[in-house]
Amino acid sequence: MWVLMSSPGAVFPAAGRYVHWGVVQLSLTNLLIIAAMLVVFVLALLLPFPGGRESERRERSGVRR
Amino acid sequence: MSGAEAGTATGAATGANTGTATGTATAPRSWTVRFRHWLTRAVPEGQWLPDRQPAYVRSWVYVFGVATLAAFLVVLLSGLVLTLGGAAWWHVSRVGHFVNSTHLWSVQLFFVCMVIHLWGKFFMAAWRGKRALTWITGTVAFVGSIGTAFTGYLSQSNFDSQWISTQAKDGLNSIGVGAYFNVLNPGQMLLWHVMLLPLVVGILVVLHIVLVRRHGVVPPFDAEPPDDVAAAQASNVPPQREATERSEAA
Repeated sequence: MWVLMSSPGAVFPAAGRYVHWGVVQLSLTNLLIIAAMLVVFVLALLLPFPGGRESERRERSGVRR
Repeated sequence: MSGAEAGTATGAATGANTGTATGTATAPRSWTVRFRHWLTRAVPEGQWLPDRQPAYVRSWVYVFGVATLAAFLVVLLSGLVLTLGGAAWWHVSRVGHFVNSTHLWSVQLFFVCMVIHLWGKFFMAAWRGKRALTWITGTVAFVGSIGTAFTGYLSQSNFDSQWISTQAKDGLNSIGVGAYFNVLNPGQMLLWHVMLLPLVVGILVVLHIVLVRRHGVVPPFDAEPPDDVAAAQASNVPPQREATERSEAA
């Protein structure tokens, strides 16, 4: 109880940072997670899949799988 | 002699081919045979656990569906352990903390993978080629997952869950579902979380996977689907991949 009365911040952490955009209110943490997901999505589209070129080469030479 | 005994005797005496014929003859009477035939028609043998995929599947963007499924299995297993231990265990014990964290972080991974999977399939228009039901089961499973995660946050039995429930109650009561979905009733929320919603999501996920296996993964816009899938789309008959592989092997 003494801790609660003397320093409430020790019990209740400070409110996080929020981004306001019109009616949209988003915590900075969630915004960063969404940005990271977008980065992963773009990388998934751009990065070559491991073994892809090797498999294509084998298929061209007539070897399946 | 009963019909079942006679069928067994016939199958044993005349071999597999005759056994199949006998099964076909008794199909209208036996629910097991009817169910087996229905399953075989729904996803013909050879579409389960395939060992080959179209070339366009060799892309990272096709990984997120199965990554979602893998995370979902971890969610289910860790959740099962948590139900056995109970709240007193996961709040106090070190192992309980670990399993609780595993459950939480696998859910985060599940949603991240599912949303990226959703983005990928949306921009591929994954409902093409008679895959509308695949798309619908996926989106409904997504909505059901949100409800399951929400009841999970309510079941944490801490200040966060109290705050979330008091914030949510007015909205839910305003649409008249408060009696059956009372967010201020932790026992009811826990049962929704560990039984009803996982059952719904689990059934939808199974249906989604069966439909994916039946119709094949959606090709990119600039890719040609395999011959058997294209033929199946034209004739509305599921592709017979096993038959194709056998003919290639021969």
